[in-house]
Amino acid sequence: MSQPAPERLTPQRPRPLVQATGVSKRYGTTVALDGAGITITPGRTHALVGRNGAGKSTLVAVLTGLQIPDEGSVSFDGQPAPAPADRDAWRAKVACVYQKSTIIPQLSVAENLYLNRYPGTGDGLRRRLVSWSRLRRQAQDLLATWEVDVSAAARAADLSVEQRQLVEIARALSFDTRFIILDEPTAQLDSHAITRLFERMRALQARGVTFLYISHHLEEVYRICEDVTVFRDARRVATGTVEQLDASTVVAAMTGDALALIARPPRPRLPAGAPVVLDVRDLQVSAAEGSFEAASAISFTVRAGEVLGLAGGGGSGKREIAETLVGLRSARSGSIRVDGQALTPGSVPSALAAGVGFVPQDRHHQGFVPGLSIAENLTMTVPHRLGRFGTIRPAARTALARTLIQDLDVKTPGPDLAVAALSGGNQQKVVMGRALAGDPHLLVLIQPTAGVDVRSKETLLDVVDTVREGGAAVLVASDELDDLRTCDRVLALFQGRVVGDFAAGWSDLELIEAMEGIER
Amino acid sequence: MSSTQVPSPTTSHDGPGTAPAPSRQPMLARVRDLALVPAIIAIAVVGYLVNPVFLNSDNLINILQTMSEIGLLVLAQTLVLVAGKMDLSLESTFGLAPGVAAWLIVPTGVTHGLGLLPGWSGVPVTLLVGVVVGIVNGALIVRFGLNGFVVTLGMLIVLRGLLTGISGGQTFFGLPGSMLYIGTTQWLGIPVSIYLCLLLFALGILVLGYTRLGRALYAIGGNVDAARAAGIRTGRVLWGTLVVASTLAALGGLMLSGRLASVAAAQGNGAIFTVFAAAVIGGVSLNGGRGTVFGAFTGILLLYMIQNVLTLGGVPAQWISALNGAIILVALIVSRITSGQAQE
Repeated sequence: MSQPAPERLTPQRPRPLVQATGVSKRYGTTVALDGAGITITPGRTHALVGRNGAGKSTLVAVLTGLQIPDEGSVSFDGQPAPAPADRDAWRAKVACVYQKSTIIPQLSVAENLYLNRYPGTGDGLRRRLVSWSRLRRQAQDLLATWEVDVSAAARAADLSVEQRQLVEIARALSFDTRFIILDEPTAQLDSHAITRLFERMRALQARGVTFLYISHHLEEVYRICEDVTVFRDARRVATGTVEQLDASTVVAAMTGDALALIARPPRPRLPAGAPVVLDVRDLQVSAAEGSFEAASAISFTVRAGEVLGLAGGGGSGKREIAETLVGLRSARSGSIRVDGQALTPGSVPSALAAGVGFVPQDRHHQGFVPGLSIAENLTMTVPHRLGRFGTIRPAARTALARTLIQDLDVKTPGPDLAVAALSGGNQQKVVMGRALAGDPHLLVLIQPTAGVDVRSKETLLDVVDTVREGGAAVLVASDELDDLRTCDRVLALFQGRVVGDFAAGWSDLELIEAMEGIER
Repeated sequence: MSSTQVPSPTTSHDGPGTAPAPSRQPMLARVRDLALVPAIIAIAVVGYLVNPVFLNSDNLINILQTMSEIGLLVLAQTLVLVAGKMDLSLESTFGLAPGVAAWLIVPTGVTHGLGLLPGWSGVPVTLLVGVVVGIVNGALIVRFGLNGFVVTLGMLIVLRGLLTGISGGQTFFGLPGSMLYIGTTQWLGIPVSIYLCLLLFALGILVLGYTRLGRALYAIGGNVDAARAAGIRTGRVLWGTLVVASTLAALGGLMLSGRLASVAAAQGNGAIFTVFAAAVIGGVSLNGGRGTVFGAFTGILLLYMIQNVLTLGGVPAQWISALNGAIILVALIVSRITSGQAQE
């Protein structure tokens, strides 16, 4: 297999802003980085892509000075990297906005911006007294300089995800850093916010800021980045400009396969007489927060062997509808029948007993118990299968878990590993396995491939096909087009109403327009 | 949850054909369970060197019997901790439950008794008080969503005050024979309370390790939302756990009252600190979802063995309490070293 040459940057480029060469890092027997490197040109946005476990996080830890490499070197603007203990020097060179917030929600924006370097009220001892007025003024100035439209007095907990990220970027810039690493910044943003973030990035770039952009979404990489570096199995496998490396080359480099993202084979038509599995009538549900209505007068049916998509962004009500079906919330009115039986509203056990399997929106929040083993998490919904009279036979649990691990291709040394030790994609497979453990008649999936790598995504979507071939009904609530492409039919939701009904073969544009509430 | 940057483990990407490597995890877990066993053996050796009486069967029975009463509190607290809550009021239930039984049964005149109920009702009344306390705790924590720590702290004070109130601050004497039975009777030369304690711990190991209810406790303590989404009736299970815990505490109190043939107004006072220490030394996480009943058992056993060794070594009684505190700290450090894990 021909791979792109490891280094394609032409010599006439300016001196690299950041250069890491031959970096190796081991954690015990695990090789996290194996002679890897990256070269970042000033003023350009550089994408770092790779599957989960490819070594991206470790490289970020090395570039930010949080981990000391076993071998290799890092230099900034030709100068060797600061000493590991010199945090202030590192902070002046590089900042990272992590996927998980490092903002303290109880404190104000101003306090977060100047955490542990609050301005004092004067000299000497008085430097130790915090001057609240100066702190607020400094923060206000900083936010104004970088055009962040957030009040310095606001409580950080009240910020949206988008505002929170901007505050983190502003904090990074306040250290005079002009190199910022963004780790999956779009994972929790809707499409409008992503567009605004990209505009912001371009504006900052024009003012001399260089970004290292980490994302699972190649589409975003090609929208915002100029250079791209691909990591696989702890090494750099490709690097170049986005013109040099097209999307299929990058995917091939990420997966190590020549073929990736194969078009899904066309599926046979649904037999006309397939029985109705899920029958929803006039469903009205309340929103996750607040008392306003999330969805009203929703009616649809899903038949055996059918995959129905509920397409919609945040606030469309898709999540609320899906959670109502599985008993996590009660409908205000309307009825839900599975195989003709009405479900007890708001009862997960009732939904499980009726044969409903469920993959929740946020795997960390509702999907798994991180400290428990893969086997325990996989079998959590089916304890009655593991022994009589409420007992659990570990052998039965292990056997069932092994089957699911194999079916879902979970990469693990064994079923007794804690789920917390798995990569994101494999964690999501465990959550999917938990939903499948009870051989559901109806499988309800919310954003089933959020934040997972390309290969895991394929596996997860293949599972949907397998389940459907087994005669179960599947409901996919998502705004990811890849998820929705597995569907026989897609209902587009906008602000709690069904605004479109698409048969398989819809065009991306049509569906996105419907989800965005654009009238045709 | 952890603040350190854990690298995602690099897994082999060479397809489904690879046989999964033999898992080492359960063995590790079992080793962690046995972390205190070397320490227990070491203390036994030290005890024998300090005073050969230590390994005398009478002395060992003495250790086990005094341990069995607090041991039930440790068992109760372990259940609650694994489910991600704390129950401070256990130590007050430990005194109040046999106190109420004594109050209702002991004839008037002798102490503050009312003499309302017949002697045989001592055990059921004691256990019933435990059940009622558990139901009240559950109602406040599960039903009304109040903070468990503060609710049980409030209950600790209220229940302690109730015992002082009904007893007039004095000790109940002249308990009926039914209440003395498990504290004094011996089977094959070993007190019943030891059998009962060991039996209940064995039952606890089985329930927490091998039943859906027990595993549900770990799921709830580890991530309550995921447990709910998996169909576990989290509120009901928590409530039940609190009731079982209070009942165990009542039973433990009954054992102590039986052995001493009295219920002091301060019975159980301050015991909760030893209980928490034993649980944490035994590897039970204060954040929920982690720890085993066996570990908790080794924790309390270790503490009582050390105390016994000190007594045999002739440490003056006035110094025992200071040393007890020091022992707990040392035991924590030892278990931190042997388990190699930060305690939470």
